[in-house]
Amino acid sequence: MAEVTARKKSSTFERVARGPLRLLTQFGGADFAERWRLRGPATKVLYHGAKTGMRAATTAVNGMTKASRLFGQPARLAPAPESALFDPTPTEEQTLIRDSMRRFADEVLRPAAYAADEATRSPREILEQSQGLGLAQLAIPEALGGMAEVRSHVAAALITEQLARGDMGLATAILAPLAVVHALVDWGTAEQQQQHLPAFLGDTFVPAAMALIEPRPLFDPMHPRAGAVRTDDGGWSLHGEKSLVPLAQSATLFAVVADVRGRGPQIFLLERKTPGLEIELEPAMGLRAAGTGRLKFNGARVSAGALLGGEEGRFDLGALVDRARVAWGAMAVGTCQAVLDYVIPYCNERQAFGEPVSNRQSVAFLIADMAIEIEGMRLLVHRAASLCERGGSIAREASLARTQCASKGMKIGTDGVQLLGGHGFVKEHPVERWYRDLRAIGIVEGALSV
Amino acid sequence: MNLENPKKLRPIVEQARLVAENVFRPISRKYDNAEHAYPKELDMLAALLDGMNEGGARASANHLNRDDGDADAQAQKATRNGGNLTGVLGMMELCWGDCGLALTIPRQGLGNAAVSAVGTPEQKARFGKAWVAMAITEPSAGSDSAAIRTSAQRDGEEWVLNGEKIFVTAGERADAVVVWATLDPSLGRAAIKSFLVPKGTPGMKVARLEKKLGIRASDTATLVFEDCRIPKENILGSPEIDTAKSFAGVMKTFDNTRPIVAAMAVGVARAALDRAREILGRAGLLTRESRVFTAASVAESELHRLEAELEAARLLTMKAAWMADNGIPNSLEASMAKAKAGRVANEITLRAVELCGTSGYAEGELLEKWARDSKILDIFEGTQQIQMLIIARRLLGKSSAELR
Repeated sequence: MAEVTARKKSSTFERVARGPLRLLTQFGGADFAERWRLRGPATKVLYHGAKTGMRAATTAVNGMTKASRLFGQPARLAPAPESALFDPTPTEEQTLIRDSMRRFADEVLRPAAYAADEATRSPREILEQSQGLGLAQLAIPEALGGMAEVRSHVAAALITEQLARGDMGLATAILAPLAVVHALVDWGTAEQQQQHLPAFLGDTFVPAAMALIEPRPLFDPMHPRAGAVRTDDGGWSLHGEKSLVPLAQSATLFAVVADVRGRGPQIFLLERKTPGLEIELEPAMGLRAAGTGRLKFNGARVSAGALLGGEEGRFDLGALVDRARVAWGAMAVGTCQAVLDYVIPYCNERQAFGEPVSNRQSVAFLIADMAIEIEGMRLLVHRAASLCERGGSIAREASLARTQCASKGMKIGTDGVQLLGGHGFVKEHPVERWYRDLRAIGIVEGALSV
Repeated sequence: MNLENPKKLRPIVEQARLVAENVFRPISRKYDNAEHAYPKELDMLAALLDGMNEGGARASANHLNRDDGDADAQAQKATRNGGNLTGVLGMMELCWGDCGLALTIPRQGLGNAAVSAVGTPEQKARFGKAWVAMAITEPSAGSDSAAIRTSAQRDGEEWVLNGEKIFVTAGERADAVVVWATLDPSLGRAAIKSFLVPKGTPGMKVARLEKKLGIRASDTATLVFEDCRIPKENILGSPEIDTAKSFAGVMKTFDNTRPIVAAMAVGVARAALDRAREILGRAGLLTRESRVFTAASVAESELHRLEAELEAARLLTMKAAWMADNGIPNSLEASMAKAKAGRVANEITLRAVELCGTSGYAEGELLEKWARDSKILDIFEGTQQIQMLIIARRLLGKSSAELR
């Protein structure tokens, strides 16, 4: 209701992609895409996936991948093209991606949300299914086997919103590895990109997570206390603690933000089995399906190659914080939209004093408020995302989006429970879970990224 | 997707900014004090702003058919940034200067929007260059437009108007007034029509001018109509009483004017927030950090929160105007923009006064004036409460009988 859908246009790329579709049936995930009617964007993802896959196979025979033809240079994404006119609508392609994510959220995530919240983990089958969405393909440059040509933070924000509309906890689990992917694409060395990125393009879900937040009040993400000290053998020793890390129980790879004296915070890539890394599950009020936990570093030792970007790296913590804030803003928008979509029919059906409770202004106005604030939040998120994909700094815009999404999101969460009264307080209805999840928005830093 | 101000509108926004800074600000306090004095400095502005007005009128008039000659955009079926977006961006800047003065710029009346939206070509030719005010409210009919009692009786080749209109912005200064009147009070909303009454028509008189809390540079008049006769051609829209769509016709004007009022609110709030930031910054209470964290000072985090609210209001306003430019029905979005911007502007201007202490409260600064001016923006063109009713009814699928 509150979203403007792009006006109908003839679907050029669908026509283009339909031809090769027959060739794609053997490509992993195609059956899945059929089942979830992911015709549009999945078609393109698969088309590109198959194309680059075949190319990779050919070049591999020649003993030379496209990436290595970059003479050892890492592959980066160019900014998206400038747009002269104000236009709040997604492109045709973005609309198709958004709509298929919505179907996945409705048909797969929402029905699984209750049990995943109870179990404090995401079912393996759902994570594997999500791999078929091709989200990593959208983020990884063509030179590395993905299908990204330019930055696409708007698409990422739309995807994030829709998945969170299904369930914020499951969406966190599904999207957490992409934060690591984005960091590798933006700041990794060629070796790091080639070592880590291909796995994310495969058929199997690769659990990985970005660890930035630390367990203390008034945490400032620009000044983490976890640190890394150079060891005698040229490697690094990490100390400190990280909290609310998604996929703590399963991640095989962690990207950890730690301060290096004299250089500022850097990202270190840690395998799960790194000596000196202790992992402790720590379920929280919400985001329980994401299986959150603490990482403790007691002189955890990693090699020199674990430093993202290497000695000459240009890691930008501000950019990481900003992009995470946009992603969490999009999460809030999605979950708030779920609240609104739930309370409207409920309040229209629920009778009191001989008429629907929604006939009362005190009820109806809370709902009107939700719609106004959601639309405002969405526009703030989209503005930050679209500025970001054109390569500009979004420190201010991302901060504004976070502030608005944290405060209005929580208000919508609490009003959602209020509108159901006692029924909102019990687990028969999902509003109490949305209430718990929405409290995360003002707390989390890092962990996700558009 | 692009939510920045479009490049092609930068010159006109810049022009509005120059007017706000160099024409409005220097005389802002003068006409706040000298209520009811005509700001003659604005006469020279009228010509300058005609260009903007024309753009706005054209877009209003054609807002449902994309025919403003933007051939390239049409050919590509691309998005349009037309008169509605130009209008709101320009208005934000003007009201950053002074929203009372912006309301009294010749030929920029709300009635002009009505003529543009529903006028015949002949009416547009006659009144296109005039300054047209809008007269809706009556002593016993405020938000309830359907309760209007001013009557219009047909007598041969003329309409005869009788009744009293209050709170008519620019009612004294305008060249003509669009008057809402009923053809038959027993038929409710469907019988409400609007009529163009040129100034000086016998039987129409300005009964009084209000003394107000804010926007004192703009005149607010009570108009009385006693057997006021106008030619039968002066009805806006059809004289038929069509219960299905008549009222919708007069209400349609609001789809274009509400984003404009929302833009006024954004402009006033922007002014207050900018000034509060200067004053607090000079007092050494703000950092230069663009990312704000939980550990920020009270002043810093409060300004940041208000900034986020304003940004939401600004984008909602731009989107509602953009929809009008692109022929997308925008009643819901226009009300959302108006509701959000109205309440946010009131909150921001009041909070800015408070954060700046006695400097904010005293007349040495314009902050106290903006805090008075902003109140009307949450009232006229539909109060906050009316907007909420409109939005809630739409969302919940309710009639005005069910959700009252």
